[in-house]
Amino acid sequence: MVVTPAGNPAFRKNNTPLKIAIASGKGGTGKTIISTNLAYYLSKLGKTVQYLDCDVEEPNGHLFFHTDIINREDVTLAIPVVDPEKCDLCGACGSFCAFGAIALAGEQVLTFSQLCHSCGGCSLVCPQHAISETARSLGQTINASIKENPLLELRYGILNIGESMAVPVIKQVKHISSAADYMVIDCPPGTSCPVIESVTDADFVLLVTEPTPFGLNDLKLAVDMLGKLDLPFGIAINQIGLGDDRVQAYCRTENLSIVLEIPYSRKIAGFYSKGQLFLPELPEFNNLFENLIHLIEAVAA
Amino acid sequence: MKEIVVISGKGGTGKTSIVGSFAALAQPAVLADCDVDAADLHLILNPEIKTSIPFSGGSIAQIDQNQCSVCELCAQVCRFDALVKKKLGRYSVNTMACEGCGVCAYVCPTAAIQMVPHVNGQLFLSGTKYGPMVHAKLGAAEENSGKLVSLVRSHAQKLAEAQGLDLIIVDGSPGTGCPVMSSITGTDAVLIVTEPTVSGIHDLIRVAELTNHFKIPTWFCINKNDINPENTRQLIDLGIKLGVELLGQIRFDKIVTQAQIAAQPVVEFTDTDVASEITAVWQALLKKVNSNS
Repeated sequence: MVVTPAGNPAFRKNNTPLKIAIASGKGGTGKTIISTNLAYYLSKLGKTVQYLDCDVEEPNGHLFFHTDIINREDVTLAIPVVDPEKCDLCGACGSFCAFGAIALAGEQVLTFSQLCHSCGGCSLVCPQHAISETARSLGQTINASIKENPLLELRYGILNIGESMAVPVIKQVKHISSAADYMVIDCPPGTSCPVIESVTDADFVLLVTEPTPFGLNDLKLAVDMLGKLDLPFGIAINQIGLGDDRVQAYCRTENLSIVLEIPYSRKIAGFYSKGQLFLPELPEFNNLFENLIHLIEAVAA
Repeated sequence: MKEIVVISGKGGTGKTSIVGSFAALAQPAVLADCDVDAADLHLILNPEIKTSIPFSGGSIAQIDQNQCSVCELCAQVCRFDALVKKKLGRYSVNTMACEGCGVCAYVCPTAAIQMVPHVNGQLFLSGTKYGPMVHAKLGAAEENSGKLVSLVRSHAQKLAEAQGLDLIIVDGSPGTGCPVMSSITGTDAVLIVTEPTVSGIHDLIRVAELTNHFKIPTWFCINKNDINPENTRQLIDLGIKLGVELLGQIRFDKIVTQAQIAAQPVVEFTDTDVASEITAVWQALLKKVNSNS
């Protein structure tokens, strides 16, 4: 394996940032701990870093920095509005909709905006051209700067409470033109649509797990998912020493590379619980991140 | 019949370890794992699968290349960028992006696009030593987990009726989005498992707001309460402020991981303090749920 110097932008396509997505099957394995400390580590190398928090259901990355909010943007979805003057109650919209989001009910057409995927099908099929679209709020994206660290920028999304459509908010978080050296993408847990949207386009996915049976089971699911997406990835095992060594054994058998191992440490857990980065306090862990970034650069080159 | 759903907002707070113990304490009850994205409850309850049912969350588009005139209308109307131009100028469907709306099939002038049912998961009806269990596996990189969650719950309800059981215990998923809402709508009680970290505090606020939005009776417990006593105090105050009653606190103990490795509920693996604390939360919850009818 050729190891290239960490953070050398010459190895990148078109001067776009190197995109590192931090994902996991299981929740609570340490995605945010690793993402925030990795973003900090890269900025301390003098690199510009964008930290994107795509866990829009529970965005927590910003809690680890002293942030100044620069601006907020609304994220909306186009949903149908029926003009009762034009509507002749033919019911074509309801028969077409695959999501049950619009239906003829007696003398009126009802819309169920929570179910609408915004495909535009109903207005397309309406013979009376009675359906137009209006914007429905799903959440927000927030841009923030970090007081003590001008090289690091934060962008995160927040899904409205009671809202199920996370994917459009994640899309909006990722919709950013950037000149930074690195993009660190903190993903939601799981293996379905919100995760896929978050990891898409990443140059490297770091799959975080813990050495427990739950961690192993969910790692396998996440590995399956990345196999389908055909993205390069490596494994991070957090809290080594907490459980058993079946995760390592699985990685060996499947020939998966373990690129980061963080020991079980009550000190790290303590910093995390207080909303503090551990790297500034425990510099002995710098070499772990140095090694990680070398490995990622080599794969992405 | 009562249905109790355990959720957390933040992942990894200990939902599944706690639900596994509740199963052992409640028996007989119907058990349902609604964390269909990353289901783990079966690793504790060791179910024997009796029936396996394929799950189709909807349709996806399929192009018949012999009929396709490459007019590109489909790609123009698709709002999910699911129709992708391949080499030689042919179009194909990105099955991961396709949401199954059918707009492409509707506009196709040569009827080259069909919407075909898409199997994207499996649902299992199983038996465990604590009671019947419903669980599921969503295919890797699949969507519609909310729909699969609803199906798991409805099968659990049918099983409870058929077997004359009056309690269903549901393991929910992390977050506040689609699968979580499918897990909690119309249920009798929600227990939120939180932890004394800044993330745990932040997520308790959001998830309590969610159950309040759906007007579901909600209680909470603090897991790993000794990892940050100051934050634990904050969580206690926060519960009062949010009007969500605290049912108990559970200490951090590595023995919980040992129980998981042994594939056993904590309360069966050990009789140390952590097991009595989980038991106390269960008893308090059961009392609340029964007096809330």
